[in-house]
Amino acid sequence: MYQKLMWGIALGLAWWGRVQAATLEVCAQCPWQSVRQAVEAAAPGDVVRVRPGGYKEHSIQINKKLVLQGTGFPVLEGNDLEEILIITADSVRVEGFELRRAGKSQLKDQAAIRVRKARYFVIQQNRIVDAYFGIYLEHSSHGLVEGNVLLGTATHEASAGNAIHGWYGRHLEISSNYIKGHRDGVYLEFVDSSLVVNNISEYNVRYGLHYMFSNDDQYVCNVFRSNGAGVAVMFSKRIQMRENRFERNWGTTAYGLLLKEIYDADIQDNHFLYNTVGIFLEGATRISYQRNEFQYNGWAVQMTGGCLDNHFTRNNFLANTLDLVVNSRVNNNTFNGNYWSEYTGYDLNRDGTGDVPHRPVKLFSYILAQSPESIVLLRSFFIDLLNFSEKVSPALTPQDVADYSPSMSKIS
Amino acid sequence: MFKIFQYTLFDLLRSRWTLGYLGFYLALTSALAFLSGDTSKVVISLMNVVLILCPLVASMLGAMYYYNSREFIELLLAQPLRRTHIFWGQYFGVALSLSLSVLLGVGIPLAAYGIWASGEIWNFFVLLLDGVLLSFIFSGLAFWIALRHENRIKGFGLAILAWLFFAVIYDGLVLLLLMEFRDYPLEAASICLALCNPIDLSRILILLKLDISALMGYTGAVFRQFLGSHWGMALSLGALLLWLTTPALMVRRIAQRKDF
Repeated sequence: MYQKLMWGIALGLAWWGRVQAATLEVCAQCPWQSVRQAVEAAAPGDVVRVRPGGYKEHSIQINKKLVLQGTGFPVLEGNDLEEILIITADSVRVEGFELRRAGKSQLKDQAAIRVRKARYFVIQQNRIVDAYFGIYLEHSSHGLVEGNVLLGTATHEASAGNAIHGWYGRHLEISSNYIKGHRDGVYLEFVDSSLVVNNISEYNVRYGLHYMFSNDDQYVCNVFRSNGAGVAVMFSKRIQMRENRFERNWGTTAYGLLLKEIYDADIQDNHFLYNTVGIFLEGATRISYQRNEFQYNGWAVQMTGGCLDNHFTRNNFLANTLDLVVNSRVNNNTFNGNYWSEYTGYDLNRDGTGDVPHRPVKLFSYILAQSPESIVLLRSFFIDLLNFSEKVSPALTPQDVADYSPSMSKIS
Repeated sequence: MFKIFQYTLFDLLRSRWTLGYLGFYLALTSALAFLSGDTSKVVISLMNVVLILCPLVASMLGAMYYYNSREFIELLLAQPLRRTHIFWGQYFGVALSLSLSVLLGVGIPLAAYGIWASGEIWNFFVLLLDGVLLSFIFSGLAFWIALRHENRIKGFGLAILAWLFFAVIYDGLVLLLLMEFRDYPLEAASICLALCNPIDLSRILILLKLDISALMGYTGAVFRQFLGSHWGMALSLGALLLWLTTPALMVRRIAQRKDF
C-alpha cells in the first residue's frame, strides 16, 4: 500500500515536472538576448519564446525536443553564408518567425530551415524571405509544414533553390503555404505517402510542385499559377491529384501538368485554365482522368510517345485552341462521356449522348507539328476547310482516337 | 463631299440590301448568343462569319453601287464639283452604311444579351472593329476595281475574285509556302505574309486575345515579341490602317485621271 502510494507520488511529481516545462524568454531586456544561447540552455521539452525584434543569428542547432516560438514575428537575420535553423531532433516545433538573409551558395544547398533526420516536427506560420532553399526536409518524416509564406526572387533555374524541398521522407504534410519566386515551389524526391494540400504556388521559375521518384502521394486543392510549369510528376507511382487549379502557365515549355514516366495516377476534378499546354504526357501509363475542366488552353492534352491506358471520362473541354494532340498511331487510350465544346454532332434519341463519335485530333495539329510558323493561320477559313475535310474522311489523323459517347451538355 | 456622302448613305440605308444585311446579322447574332450560352464560342462563330461575310458583301455592294449609280455620277460630273469629293463621298457612304449594319447587327443583340458584364468585352470590341475595317477596305477595293473596268461583268468578277483570293486562296498559298520552306526560319516571313492580307490581319487581332495561350507556345523570339507585347497589336493595327488608306487613295487617283 505504502509502496504504491510512493509510486503514485513519484509518478505525480514526474508528471508535474513534465508539464512545468520551462519557458525561456528572449528579447532585448529579457534574461536571454540571443536565441542561440536560449536554445542551448533549454532543457528538452522547454519552450523558447522570442519577443518581437531583430536577431542577427545563424546556425542555430536544435538538437533536442523544443518549442521555438516567435511572437509578433521576430526577425532572424542570417549572415548570407550559413543556414539559420538546423533541426536534428524529433518533435521540434518552430513557429512565428521571419527569416531573412539565409545563406546562398552555388556549392552547398543552403536552407533557411533545415530538418535533418528528424520526425514529428511542426514548422508553421513562418515567413521566409529570399532564401536559397526555404525549408529543406532531409531524411525526415511525419512532419507538418503549414501556413508558411516563402518569398523568393529567383530569375534563373541554375542559381535558385526550392521553396520547400523534401529529400527522402515519408508521411509529410505540406499545407496552406504561400510560395512565390523560387525554382520549384515544392520539390519532393523519394518522398512517399505524403500530402500537399491547400497551397498556393506561383511565379516560380521551374515548377509549382515537382515529384521525383515519389510514390503514393497526393496533392489536393492547390493553386498553381504562372509557373514555368504548374506541376511536374516524374518517375512516380500512384499519385493522386485532385481539385487543383492550374492557371496561366504560359511559354514554350510551359505546361499546366507535366507527366513523365508515371504509373497508376488518378487525376480528378482539376481545373486547367489558360495554359499553353494543359496536360503534357510522356510515358504515362494507367492513368484515369475524371471530371477535369480544360478551358482556354492552347493545347488541352498533348500526348507523346508511349502513353498507354489513359482513360478520360466525363471531362469538360471548353474553348481550347486544340483539344488533343496525339503523335502516335498506336493508341489504346480511351475517351468516354466527355463534353467537347467543339462537338458538332446531334442527339436524336435524346439520351444526352451524341450519336456520332467526336474526333478531337485535328489535321491542323499535324500541320503545326510540321511547320510551327503556320500558327499564324490558326482559325482561318482555309484551315477550317482542311480540318473539315479531314474529319469527314480521316487520312492523317488516327481514326481510333475518338469519343464514342460524347456528352451533349457541360458536365457539372 | 458631305452632301454626296449624306445622299449616298441615306440612299443605301433605305435600300433593301442594307436592311437585309442588317437583319441577317441581327438574326445570326441573337441566335448564337441566346442559343449557345457560351460566350467564347459565340466569339469564334461570329469571327468566322464576320471575316468571310464582311469582305464579300462589301466587295459586291461596293461594285454594285458604283455600276448602278453610273448615270447619277455622270450627272454629278457635269456639275462644278471636285471629282475626289464625288467618289470619296460615295465610297464613304457605302462603307459607312455597311459598317453600321455590322455594328448594329452584331452590337445590339450582344448588348441585349449582356456582353458588357462578361469578360469577353474586349474580344467583341475587336470583332466590331474588324467588321468596320473590313467593310471599308473591301468596299474601297471594289470601288477601285469598278472604276477601272467599264464592263460590269468583268468588274464584278474581279471584285469577287479579289475576295476569294484574300479569304481563301491566300491562306492556302501561305500554308503551301510555309510547308515547302519549313527547313528555313520563317517567323518574320510568316508575320509579313499575314500583314499583307487584311483578312488575316483582322483574324490575328482577335487571336491575340482569344488564343494567346496557344500562340505563346511557339518557340521563336520574333514571334514572342510580336505576340507577347503590345507590339503585335500596334503593328497589326498600323498595317490595317495602311490597308484602309490605300484603296481610298487609289480611288482618288483613278477618279482624277479617268476619262468618262
